[in-house]
Amino acid sequence: MMNSLNLYKYASPATFYDLAGRMIPWFYAAAALLGVAGLYIGFFLAPTDFQQSEAYRIIFIHVPASWMSMFIYVVMAIWAAIGLAFNTRLSFMMASALAPTGAMLTFVALWTGALWGRPTWGAWWVWDARLTSELILFFLYVGFMALQAAIDDPRRADRAGALIALVGVVNVPIIYFSVRWWNTLHQGASVSVSKAPSMASIMLAGMLVMAIAVWMYAIAAALSRVRSIILERERNSQWVAQLLEGKA
Amino acid sequence: MLEGKDLACVRGERTLFSHLNFILREGELLLVQGANGSGKTSLLRMVCGLLAPEFGDILWRGEKIGAVREGYHAEMAYFGHAPAVKEDLTAFENLDFACRLAGNPQGRDEVEGALGHLGLGHCLNLPAKSLSQGQRRRVALARMLLVKARLWILDEPLTALDQAALQLVQSLIGEHLQQGGMALLTTHQPVAIAGVEPRILKLTP
Amino acid sequence: MSMLQTVLALLRRELTLAMRRRGDVLTVLFFFVIVASLFPLGVGPDAKLLRLMGGGVVWVAALLAAMLSLGRLFANDYADGTLEQLVLSPAPPVVWITGKILAHWLVSGVPLILMAPVLGVQYGLSSEALGVLVFSLLLGTPVLSLIGAVGAALTLGLRGGGVLVSLLVLPLYIPVLIFGAGAVDGAMAGLGAEAHLSLLGSILILAFLLTPWAVSAALRISIE
Repeated sequence: MMNSLNLYKYASPATFYDLAGRMIPWFYAAAALLGVAGLYIGFFLAPTDFQQSEAYRIIFIHVPASWMSMFIYVVMAIWAAIGLAFNTRLSFMMASALAPTGAMLTFVALWTGALWGRPTWGAWWVWDARLTSELILFFLYVGFMALQAAIDDPRRADRAGALIALVGVVNVPIIYFSVRWWNTLHQGASVSVSKAPSMASIMLAGMLVMAIAVWMYAIAAALSRVRSIILERERNSQWVAQLLEGKA
Repeated sequence: MLEGKDLACVRGERTLFSHLNFILREGELLLVQGANGSGKTSLLRMVCGLLAPEFGDILWRGEKIGAVREGYHAEMAYFGHAPAVKEDLTAFENLDFACRLAGNPQGRDEVEGALGHLGLGHCLNLPAKSLSQGQRRRVALARMLLVKARLWILDEPLTALDQAALQLVQSLIGEHLQQGGMALLTTHQPVAIAGVEPRILKLTP
Repeated sequence: MSMLQTVLALLRRELTLAMRRRGDVLTVLFFFVIVASLFPLGVGPDAKLLRLMGGGVVWVAALLAAMLSLGRLFANDYADGTLEQLVLSPAPPVVWITGKILAHWLVSGVPLILMAPVLGVQYGLSSEALGVLVFSLLLGTPVLSLIGAVGAALTLGLRGGGVLVSLLVLPLYIPVLIFGAGAVDGAMAGLGAEAHLSLLGSILILAFLLTPWAVSAALRISIE
């Protein structure tokens, strides 16, 4: 009798575990190939910017990372909403699996922003609207992960995390707007990243290739994290036991 | 009528119970039994609507409790592990608020009467922090009398009570059932209520 | 009508409890005063600099004080079982949750508003800026209680809940800080504060409409 219940509830994580396992290598391979190609375009093919010299080339990492960091937060919130609406465990797992990757990319964006700011603005950190918003986004990721880490019961951790992700995503536009407002009012840094007047098409190509590479990487990383979460959550179930026996 | 259909409860990684069914009709007492950790409290919280069942439904008069929440909660009173008595308020203030919250405000005399019924008439204006644990639980039981709910859900109502209070609480439950009420309770003590044959619900994994 | 009665009964209870635990209220208030008084000691007594930062400092201190007071919003009720009784009451959750947040604001937000002009004077704010400071706090502190309630509800009963709630809630407080402090700056610079205050007002309306639902969901998650 218990088996029917378990099967009903756990079937989808078990099949998903398998499917994800087969997909991950492809995504990693695509990420590596595109990454190499994108960096080659960015560092060797793209022309030197006459205003910012070679330092600008860091935007080939900075811009895709910051795009993706924002996008992942939205995707995370969508998974969270699906989880809360339909009570599907896998959606909650997806949301938790995306958070570390998102936080890491936010951090990369901040780091490369600082590296770019030093030669360009003459300071490691400028309270520019974009950088400040990115920093706040980093805080939101950290809050999400800290909340989930503090809760022992997985069901509560899933739902509490999902709710704070939703509250966060509602707030992101308000935060972004308020930070821009604050920035224009205080007229601190006025240089903006998008100022490059005519971006050479080769630069744009490099950026897009890098963006897709980051996509692939994020998907692969999230999928492998989901796999570990599934294993951890279902360590007492039959199929995990069989899986481990097969490996032993 | 209260009905549980095919209920399952999972806490963390453990399945506490599954495929649990019960029916409770007017004037009936349902005694939930089981070892420590068998899910008695979880079942009661589930019936209250505090905990969503992993599987199955709880029906009040044939409708899911989630769909008739307001009406259901107006007819139900829950006595949990924590007595829900504020230390900084007097016994009267505690009960007065509980009645208002239940949408059933009572006068000072009624509150004093209910407290007197439980042998706490002299404690009406004492702050709850000066009461003992057993006395606080009796204040919480007085709340059950005052809010006039049809369904009582009692989690271990007999612990921390002296012999006289034990008799008293059992006779209160008996009166409640005679008036057409229903009660669902967990206890480790033997229950003997005159004229009532309790139905037993055993929890096994 | 009965909903209003529920809210009134709840408000009366919360205020009685606060009166009997005056120490808690005063602790938060003095925290606010101390934090605001630390800044001149840190940056030096330069009157011009202090006048420039006054609005921002008072607002940051208000944010921190509001956050500190979140602990008693639901935690005590959770510990003694009252929260379960509230959840099980026939009243719609959003109604009593709004009542609880209102009570929290009356007890911990309003004292900050009353104390703020004194701190503003310490920083040499003009009388017009003082008025704007009070008004901005009047619009902003309820938002702090509303948003904070979501964090307080989610961290109920967790170890390290106090620090955790700050991680969750402070980033969400940023717009309130920007518009609140911006209003005071605007008044000091003679630019007017209307735009800031109306944005703050719209945030208040939005928070008032949305957060009680989020708190209700959060409490259900935490109480299970």
